Amino acid sequence: MIKSMRRHWLSIALISPSLILLGVFVYGFIGLNINISLTDEVGLNNNDANFIGFENYIKLLDDPRFHIDIFNTIVFSLTFIGVTLALGLGLAILIDSKIPAEGFFRSVYLLPMAVSFIVTGVVWRWLMNPATGERTSGLNLLFDVMGLDFLINQWHLTPTWGMLGIAVPAIWQMSGYTMALFLAGLRGIPEEVKEAARMDGATEFGIYRRVIMPMLKPVALSAVVILAHISLKVFDLIIAIAGKQIALDVPAIYMWQTTFDAYNFARGATLATYILISVALFVIPYLIVTNRKEKV
Amino acid sequence: MHLEKNKTLKALAIAATIPFVLTACASGSTDTSSDSDSSSGGSDSSSSDTAQIEVFSWWTGGGEEAGLNALVEVFNSEYPDIEFENGAVAGGAGTNARAVLATRLEANDPPASFQGHAGLELLDYIQAGQIEDLSFLYEEMGWSDVMPQELLDLITVDGGIYSVPVNIHRANVMWGNPEILDEYNLDMPATWDEFFETAEVLQADGIIPLSLGEQWTQLHLFETVLLGELGTDAYNGLWDGSTSWDSAEMTSALETFNRIYDYTNSDAASLAWQDASQLVISGDAAFNIMGDWAEGYFRVDNELVEQEGYTWAPSPGTAGTFQFLSDSFTLPVGAPDRDSTIAWLKVAGSAAGQDAFNVQKGSIPARSDADQSIYPPYLQEAMDDWASNAGAPSLTHGTAASNGWKAEIETSLGLFLGTRDVAALQDGLVAAAAAQ
Repeated sequence: MIKSMRRHWLSIALISPSLILLGVFVYGFIGLNINISLTDEVGLNNNDANFIGFENYIKLLDDPRFHIDIFNTIVFSLTFIGVTLALGLGLAILIDSKIPAEGFFRSVYLLPMAVSFIVTGVVWRWLMNPATGERTSGLNLLFDVMGLDFLINQWHLTPTWGMLGIAVPAIWQMSGYTMALFLAGLRGIPEEVKEAARMDGATEFGIYRRVIMPMLKPVALSAVVILAHISLKVFDLIIAIAGKQIALDVPAIYMWQTTFDAYNFARGATLATYILISVALFVIPYLIVTNRKEKV
Repeated sequence: MHLEKNKTLKALAIAATIPFVLTACASGSTDTSSDSDSSSGGSDSSSSDTAQIEVFSWWTGGGEEAGLNALVEVFNSEYPDIEFENGAVAGGAGTNARAVLATRLEANDPPASFQGHAGLELLDYIQAGQIEDLSFLYEEMGWSDVMPQELLDLITVDGGIYSVPVNIHRANVMWGNPEILDEYNLDMPATWDEFFETAEVLQADGIIPLSLGEQWTQLHLFETVLLGELGTDAYNGLWDGSTSWDSAEMTSALETFNRIYDYTNSDAASLAWQDASQLVISGDAAFNIMGDWAEGYFRVDNELVEQEGYTWAPSPGTAGTFQFLSDSFTLPVGAPDRDSTIAWLKVAGSAAGQDAFNVQKGSIPARSDADQSIYPPYLQEAMDDWASNAGAPSLTHGTAASNGWKAEIETSLGLFLGTRDVAALQDGLVAAAAAQ
C-alpha cells in the first residue's frame, strides 16, 4: 500500500514539469487565442479591443477566401492521406515479402522523411515547373524527352485543382514513413496465424484480406491521425513551392497573412481556432478509442 | 483502484504529449522568433560601457546589403564611439522581418531603429504609439528644405513625420527588350491601347507580350494600371477618399487590367520578379513592369548596357508621373539608447549618407541636393524625373495604404486571379475601402 502510494507520488512529480509547461504554453495560449478571437482586436494598439462574441467566426464563414481555404484543405487532405496510406501499405507489403537487400530499400523509402518540408518544397518547385514551349523544364521536360507528352501538366498551377500538385511532394515525403509504420505492424503479426490460415487452405490474397488487414487496423488508425494533422496544418510546403497566392491558400497561410501582414489579430485568432477544431475532430476520437482499449 | 488511477494518469500523460507532437510540426513557421531572441540578446548588453545600436532591416543581400554597409561606413566615421549592430532578418520585402518586429514591439523590446516603407505602412506603429514623431529632427537638420514638399506631404501621417527616408524607388516603370522593339519597329507603348495593338502582333509570333511573376508583382502591375488609366489626381484620390472605387472609370480600368492577362505568361505564379525580368533579357518576353530596382538586376547582375540589353519607359499612361516608394528609418518609443538612434537617423538623412547608400542600392536619394555625377545614367534620369514629375504613392510598397487595407486589396486581387471576375474584384475593392 505505502509502496504503491510512493510510486504514485513519484509519477506525479515526474510528469508535473511537463504538465505545468503544457498548461501554460499550450492550453494557456489556446485559451488566450480563443479569447482574442472573440474580440475585434486589429492593429498593434490592443487597448481598445471590444468583446464581440462569435462575430468573427460567422464573418469568416461568408469569406470567399475562407471557402477556397476549406476546399483546398479537403482536396489536399483526401489526396494526401489516401495515396500515402495506399503507397505506404504497398511498399510495406513488398518489403515484407523477404526481398534481398531489404535494409537498403527500407532506408531509401524512409529517407525523404529526413528532409524538411521547406527543402522538399524548393526542390519540387523546380521539378514541377509549369513553363511551356522552349522553357519547359523539370518533370515536364522529362515527360517530353520520353515521349510521354500527355503527362505534361501545369502541376500546382492547374486552375481549381492546384492542390493536387502540392500533394505530390507531400506524398513523396510521407509515404516512406507510413511504410515504416505498416512494416512494424506487419512484423508484429505472428507467423503462426498466417501458417494456420494456409493450413486451412486460404490463398495469399485471402490471408492479406481476411487475416493481415484486420490486424493492421490499429496501425492504420495511428497513421491516419498523424497524416491528418499534418495535412490540416500544411503551411511551409506550400510557401516553399508557391509562395503566398490565393489559388493555393489554406487556413494556416491566411492566418499568417492576416495576423502578421495586416495585424488583424482577431481574424487570425479565429482562423487558428478553426484549425484547432478541425485537428481536434481527428485527434480526440482517436484518444478516446485508444484510452477505451487500454482500459479493457 | 490503484490500477484505475494509474490508467487515468497515463491517459493524461498521453493527452499531454499530443499537443507537443502537434506543435512540433508547426514550429517551422515560428523559427524566426529565435532570430529575435538572439538579436535582442545583443541589444541588452548595449547598456554597458560603449554605446551600441541595433538597426533592424530586411536588407540581407545584393545591392541592398551593399548599400546598408556603405551607410554604416559613413556612420562609423562620424560616430566612431557608437558600435553598429546589424539586426537584419532575411526575407523578401520584409514579410518575415515584420512578424519578428511586431513581436518585439509588443514585448516592449524595440531595436534602436527599424526599417519601414515611408508612408502609411507605418500607420499601425504610429497608432499604437510605438514610434516617435520626428518633426523636431526635420526642423533641426533643415531636411524640410532639402526634401521635396510632395514627398513630405505624402509621408506625413496625422500631422507628423515618423521616419527618415533614405531613398526613393520608382514603381511605374516598363522594361523592354530593344532587339524585339527593333525587329518589329516598335516604340515603348505610351498607353495600354497601344500595348494591346502591339501585343496581338507579338503573341502571334510566340513572344510573350508582358512577363509576369508571382502574386505581389501582379499587385504591382495592378497599381500601375490604375495610375495609368485613372490619371494621377484620381489615383491619388483613391487613398484619401476623394475618388470613388465604385465609379465607371474604375470599372473600365479594371477591365483593362483584366485584358492584360490575355497577353501574359501562364507560369507567372511560379516566377520571382527576377525570373520575369529574365524573360525580357532572353527575348522570350517583350515587356515587363517592375520597380526600378530591376535596373540594378539588368545592369549589375546581368552586366547589360542600357538601350542595348534593356530599355525602359514610364508604364503606359503614366508619363510625367513618378509613382514612388521610399525606405526609411524610425525612432521607436523606448529605444534602448535614444541619442545613439538620433545620431543614426542624422546620418541616414545626410547627403553623404544618402549618396553612399543609394549608389550601391541602385535608388535615388530622398534629398534633392545629392551629387548627380556619381550615379549611373538611369538613376540620373530618374533624379530629373523625380524633380520635375508629379508624385503618386505606391500601394504594393507601403506608401499609399495601411497594412490592413493593402492586405484586403491583395486578397480581392488574389480571388480575381482565380475567377477573372471584374465585378467581384470591384465589389471587393469597394468593401475594402469602406472598411477603412
